[in-house]
Amino acid sequence: MTARVGIVVFPGSNCELDCRRSFERLGATTEFVWHDDRELPDSDIVVLPGGFAHGDYLRTGALARFSPIMNAVVRHADAGKLLIGICNGFQVLCEAGLLPGALRKNEGLKFLCKWTELSVEVPGTPFTTRAERHQRLRIPINHFEGNWYAEPDTLERMRADDQIVFRYVRNPNGSLDGVAGISNERGNVLGLMPHPERACEALLGSEDGAVIIGSMLDHVMNMQPSPAAV
Amino acid sequence: MSQTETVHRDLGLTDDEFNAICDRLGREPSYTELAMFSVMWSEHCSYKSSRVHLKTLPTQGERILVGPGEGAGIIEVADGVAVAWKIESHNHPSFVEPFNGAATGVGGIVRDILSMGARPIALMDPLRFGPLDDARTRYVVDGVVHGISSYGNSIGVPTVGGEAVFEDCYAENPLVNVACLGIVDTKLMHGRAEVPGQVAILFGSSTGRDGIGGASVLASAEFDQDSLEKRPSVQVGDPFSEKLLIECSLELIRGGLVASFQDLGAGGISCPTSEMTAKGGTGIRIDLDEVHRREPNMEPFEVMISESQERMLAVVDAADVAEVLAVCGKWGVEARPLGEITKTGKVEVSAGGKLVADVPSLALAEEGPVYERPIERPRWLADINAAPSGDEPPEHYGRTFIRMVSSPQLASKRWIWEQYDHMIFLGTVLGPGGDAAVIRLPGTETAVAISTDGPGRLCMLDPYEGARHAVAESARNVATVGARPTAITNCLNFGSPERAEVMWQFSEVVRGISDACRDLNTPVTGGNVSFYNETNSRPIYPTPVIGMLGILGDPAAAVGIGFQDEGDAIVLLGTTELGDFGGSEYGKIINGAIGGVPPHLDMDSERALHEVLVTGGHGGLFKSAHDLSGGGLAVALAECSFASQRGFSVQVGGTEPYRALYSETPSRALVSCPQAAVDEVLALAGHGGVAAEVIGAVAGDMCDFSVFAVTLEEARSAWEGGLSDHLSATMGPDGD
Repeated sequence: MTARVGIVVFPGSNCELDCRRSFERLGATTEFVWHDDRELPDSDIVVLPGGFAHGDYLRTGALARFSPIMNAVVRHADAGKLLIGICNGFQVLCEAGLLPGALRKNEGLKFLCKWTELSVEVPGTPFTTRAERHQRLRIPINHFEGNWYAEPDTLERMRADDQIVFRYVRNPNGSLDGVAGISNERGNVLGLMPHPERACEALLGSEDGAVIIGSMLDHVMNMQPSPAAV
Repeated sequence: MSQTETVHRDLGLTDDEFNAICDRLGREPSYTELAMFSVMWSEHCSYKSSRVHLKTLPTQGERILVGPGEGAGIIEVADGVAVAWKIESHNHPSFVEPFNGAATGVGGIVRDILSMGARPIALMDPLRFGPLDDARTRYVVDGVVHGISSYGNSIGVPTVGGEAVFEDCYAENPLVNVACLGIVDTKLMHGRAEVPGQVAILFGSSTGRDGIGGASVLASAEFDQDSLEKRPSVQVGDPFSEKLLIECSLELIRGGLVASFQDLGAGGISCPTSEMTAKGGTGIRIDLDEVHRREPNMEPFEVMISESQERMLAVVDAADVAEVLAVCGKWGVEARPLGEITKTGKVEVSAGGKLVADVPSLALAEEGPVYERPIERPRWLADINAAPSGDEPPEHYGRTFIRMVSSPQLASKRWIWEQYDHMIFLGTVLGPGGDAAVIRLPGTETAVAISTDGPGRLCMLDPYEGARHAVAESARNVATVGARPTAITNCLNFGSPERAEVMWQFSEVVRGISDACRDLNTPVTGGNVSFYNETNSRPIYPTPVIGMLGILGDPAAAVGIGFQDEGDAIVLLGTTELGDFGGSEYGKIINGAIGGVPPHLDMDSERALHEVLVTGGHGGLFKSAHDLSGGGLAVALAECSFASQRGFSVQVGGTEPYRALYSETPSRALVSCPQAAVDEVLALAGHGGVAAEVIGAVAGDMCDFSVFAVTLEEARSAWEGGLSDHLSATMGPDGD
């Protein structure tokens, strides 16, 4: 039994192939889901990959939330299953109201593609079971709009609820509270600006992304009914 | 006198060319026909001034599957794995409108690669600008980099390297070249329409008035004070449409739905309709009423030559038309049957039910004028060759070193490449900041190395020798990472071909490339010529930019430039000629001198060095490798040190240590290895006929040259800030 991962492809998505390669490398099976579809294939995990969905016209992620597949994505999250939005996918999740806050242009008003260090702020979530508290992960960012913001009371509540899952060790883009990745209250939806799928191979500079992706796969496998119970 | 007899000049055609068109047609051309000829016979599209020279280039090789003349050269890099490799220029548009000029340059080369049935997988951007103390230059740099970043990142093709050169001669003629690597997806495509009855389908963005006359009016004339008013001739890019076009085109090819294929670039619809039928020995009949447009009331000639971006022409079987349209529909790409391939040998164009053009394909595509322009060696050259090269000792060794590494020319280019997505596709084994980028090809476990190089200053001092240096250094760059130099693409950037001095430079450069490529067994797979890079009669340096492709094989064999471990030995490979300062960075930056002659380049030594680098790299002998180029030994050591933040201690001898430190003798490289492997490295070099000397070791946190030393911290921060300190605050054309 392997985790089944549905990777949503919007027109303008461009990290879907990389997500497929890294999730499969870690043992998952993947299936691409076209944005125009109305139903997801049977999926334990849904990935909204990076890219420029619908050209990022109007505002990053603003049009993608209206793609037909998004209703099914919301139902998937409502059912408590794992949903991760990476980079542009994070922006889509914020626009869709599945995660709080918004992603503004980087403080330096430049696109940034570089390696960053993340600190795991909340271990034990479905996305961090393989990590320890304050473990450092070397994972690259690749965005123009990664400067996360939320109202102060929202931020307070999220801190209290352990929703700030990843922080940058050195803030590259002005993101509020150094936020790199956040979850919803229930803890099954994660938005992450850095690209874990780009950091799953020593040849490419880091295997730390496998901590996050591997945690998700572990979580799914642990949720499977054991053979004895069937 | 007929109307067209004066109109042709406005379209960029000479009186003789106009007469030749009349002779060929046996009548005067219609206005639409004249417009078609004006773009197809433009310098940009017809290579009329360069063709007689270019045909002397070596283009054959056992790995060359497709040479010059198609959308891109195709090289077999492993069994059943073929890559497309091509460089283009977008110089003129990028000065007039930096953001869109550079962005559409990326779009154009990507479609060239796509037209071969290849998925674009890596971009490189060799850029040349004026000095950064000029506000307009900073605006151009910012706009160009932003344009490349915006377009390349959106279409999801990594930009993995390039160059950034700053020189007075490029102030009003920046060079924006862009190279693209692709991997043939399922089937190698071609641009020959061979079967009458097949249907031509235009798909992609709508057609508007943007970029009318881009090839003829903008790219085939020199600049003057009115050039900035040519902004409407610059195309506007939409990377989202391009991304859809890439995926849609690849799906069409995978489905076996396309017989032949060409992108629309310079010349608009005129170009693929005439070229594909000329190559295929057919004709085509098209109806302009079927062209989907973004604005009303366009004249037929405008539709025929509009350079609206993100468009392709596919020739398909009539039975497949519905399926082709369905695939396009899925991707949201607009597509319409435009016409039919015929047996007539002519491009027949109708609009509003009337025939508006009826011209032989060959006349447009292959029978353009060919000029043997006058050639004259510049008289000023002897004076420059006799002028001082800057071979003078520095006032202060430490401060000189800091000035060198912090000059924009030699400083870190991080400010530029951090704005580019250089990682997508999970293939970037070595990215920007090294000698060459190493790209693992998707779906394979094999890697290639790519690099660009174009020493304009050396080519100004001696175009023949400079061009040989360009080829040699680009080859050295790929050899340094462990790859075997295999094939080149070239972008030849020059002033006006109507100037005899420029044509002399051009012919000398082509001769130099030819000889060097024969010596190194790296055939030319194609490229691009960009003339008229001059403003108010001041041409740029002759600047051939060589894009070298090398075959690495195992991606894990790639050797990076950074020193690795404390105590490792540092070995200098090659022989230094003390006093090689002609056209050097030291001469220019420290002594303000651009003079002398280029260093002597011996291709036997060069080949021997490559062999040692490739063999040692694959044998796992080297922990780091870096070639010596701008700034010589001192700057190369510093770059190895900065890359991994490890200091070094070396012995630099001689009574005039600056000559050992900064001479730019070619055919040299620095490698590091464990002390235990030193004997093996020296033996390998000795066996290969390459001089080798242990000059020191990786050590501590100093850049210690024995004659002087500075802390790694100080040197590195000067290097990191050398470019970004000028650019971080750039706001606009008048910004400061």
